[in-house]
Amino acid sequence: MHIHKFEKIWLIFGVTTLLVFLSVIGVSAFYLGNQPPSCLATINPEKVDTTAPFDKPGLNKVEGKEWDYELVYVASAFNYTPGEVEVPLGAKVKVLATTKDVVHGFNVAGTNINMMLEPGYISEYVTTFDKAGEYLIVCNEYCGAGHHMMSSMIKVVE
Amino acid sequence: MNSFVEKIKKVDSRDAKLGMAHFYVAFIGLFIGGMAGLLQTLVRSGQFTLPAGIGYYQLLTLHGVVLALVMTTYFIMGFQLVSVSRTAGTLTNKQRNTGWVGFWLMTIGTVMAAVMILLNEASVLYTFYAPLQAHALFYVGLTLVIVGSWVSGSAIIMAYVAWRRKNPGQPSPLLTFMSLVNTLMWIVATIGVATTVLFQLLPWSLGLVERVDVAISRTLFWYFGHPLVYFWLLPAYMAWYVIVPKIIGGKIFSDSLARLSFILFLLFSIPVGFHHQLMEPGIDPAWKFLQVVLTFMVIIPSLMTAFSLFATFETFGRSKGATGLFGWLKKLPWGDARFLIPFIGMLSFIPGGAGGIINASNQMNQVIHNTIWVTGHFHLTVATAVILTFFGISYWLIPHLTGRTLTKAMNKLAILQGVLWAIGMTFMSGAMHFAGLLGAPRRSAYSEYGGAAQAAEWVPYQIAQAVGGSILFIAIILVLYIFINLAFFAPKGEEEFPVGEAANTTEKAPMILENWKLWLGLVVLLIAFAYTIPFIDLIENAPIGSKGYKLW
Amino acid sequence: MAQPGLEKKTSTKVEDQSSLKGTLASVFLLGFFLIITWVGVFLLFVNRF
Repeated sequence: MHIHKFEKIWLIFGVTTLLVFLSVIGVSAFYLGNQPPSCLATINPEKVDTTAPFDKPGLNKVEGKEWDYELVYVASAFNYTPGEVEVPLGAKVKVLATTKDVVHGFNVAGTNINMMLEPGYISEYVTTFDKAGEYLIVCNEYCGAGHHMMSSMIKVVE
Repeated sequence: MNSFVEKIKKVDSRDAKLGMAHFYVAFIGLFIGGMAGLLQTLVRSGQFTLPAGIGYYQLLTLHGVVLALVMTTYFIMGFQLVSVSRTAGTLTNKQRNTGWVGFWLMTIGTVMAAVMILLNEASVLYTFYAPLQAHALFYVGLTLVIVGSWVSGSAIIMAYVAWRRKNPGQPSPLLTFMSLVNTLMWIVATIGVATTVLFQLLPWSLGLVERVDVAISRTLFWYFGHPLVYFWLLPAYMAWYVIVPKIIGGKIFSDSLARLSFILFLLFSIPVGFHHQLMEPGIDPAWKFLQVVLTFMVIIPSLMTAFSLFATFETFGRSKGATGLFGWLKKLPWGDARFLIPFIGMLSFIPGGAGGIINASNQMNQVIHNTIWVTGHFHLTVATAVILTFFGISYWLIPHLTGRTLTKAMNKLAILQGVLWAIGMTFMSGAMHFAGLLGAPRRSAYSEYGGAAQAAEWVPYQIAQAVGGSILFIAIILVLYIFINLAFFAPKGEEEFPVGEAANTTEKAPMILENWKLWLGLVVLLIAFAYTIPFIDLIENAPIGSKGYKLW
Repeated sequence: MAQPGLEKKTSTKVEDQSSLKGTLASVFLLGFFLIITWVGVFLLFVNRF
């Protein structure tokens, strides 16, 4: 099989570029801790309201952990609990969420907090809320007739 | 081999009839799905409400099922059957009858699924994620579509095997080879969706079992869902590699490299489904990253394809006396719709591919996951690169099969159609990409989200989407007008089925490329490597299953 | 032994006939486009919380 010299140059350049991309995201994910949300913990979706920490939705201060607060959400068709929350600027927060019924999305618009909520699983993401402002949470996975009405609000305040 | 191909220039009329049956369904699907798409963009602009109690999500389900599953599958099956007939010889009666059985199975299934959607019994979108539960007949219909496509695919496999037996030691005709690769990939991929539908969703929707494992169902769906997009893309690549060179009067840059890139697609398009599930719980991040690496492997054959296509164009232009770095561009037949429409498709695959690399980049997916950026992305890939190429194919294939010709007037109209598509899609897909980066969700009706400031920022982009969608719908009307003309009214005559020849006819493709035991063996190994342990994890750590919900 | 000689001849023929400067330039433009868009979204990822 004959390969033209220029095609070899192009493929070496292309493959090197792809390797650089993979190295950058690989180092960022595995050494700097920027993994996509991949929580392995499970929960009984029919007993969410009585299972910790989902029995206390909202912003809860925690001690002795790597993060200062836990921000807990319960999703069900077609709303999130809590519907609005204030987070102090600069707080390191673990966001935890789960669903009581069907699959929902959980995207804090304009941020990297973007995760799927699946019945039986807990989704979590740790981040530092370092920019003040009002952030809309939208459900971005179709969940039924009221899907586009399903939202919540995070206010990051000084 | 070449002299053999030259002898049979015309597709046999019985095979042509089988092909046309597929194209009628495909273009009816285009009309219905396109209409739904137009209405969706209008709703999302906030200026329009749906009449007669039609639900937005019912319409969205129709749009996705009819275009992504039905229209594409029919067009591809029809195109591959007549390509095999053209290049490997007229189908035997047995092969053709098998093709017809496949066609009718798919059609019965399509009607069943469509009726359930219209009755609002299946507003679950084309991805039908559990635990939203559609009517059992919706799942039965989809199963029949897939089983029908397997039957049609077996006609292609039979024709390939017969050709190889008649021509021992010879590489198969390129279009036949490519049709076979795509068919094999489709069969291996659809096993995933067939498994979740038959063993999970169907018994559950019939009430035979109470609960369904959501994570396993989604994983089986996405095992199918990514090769699905390559099943759409490879027939477009068939046209780019083999047919477009002949249309412009040039040669295929390299027959062997074209085959090699198809083999790479066969190997790497399946064990990559996790890049659609990067934001999901229950899957270990190391396994996600492994499939991200495999996803990047499938970019390589597309890099090869880009080079081959530019090289075909440049070689042709220089043979016509072009000089300078880009002088060859001027020599290309810009006034020929059979070239121009697929060419616009090729161009759109550049931003489409760039977006795809971003989407697959592990944690970077957090920026765009399930935002309308993703919708913008696949409207560049499947709804422009692939579909414009399919239109470009239709403009010579339909008259070839019906014994008519593409007139100058129709050619002009076809060019207008392609240009309108490019303009409309630039508006719609461009606006979707930018709105998505701001966080606007996909698959959502118009909403002000309680007056949130961020949601208000998305509205101008949504209006741009409606403008683009309206232009695209005009283009669809033109396509349908041309299709009807070419099928029933164009003047009788001979329209060529262009099949390119390799630039270097002395270089025989290595026979190892036709060693299916080797390639299918590797496919199985790669799938086992990428999926075995994550599946065991999902099963061992499974939470209690979900009951069905009907929330629409 | 005749086989390798034959292959060599064909490959020189192909290289001589075609100048693919424009192709090389085109694919590199494409490559730079891929890099620019990817880096753009990567920066967005890095700058957001």
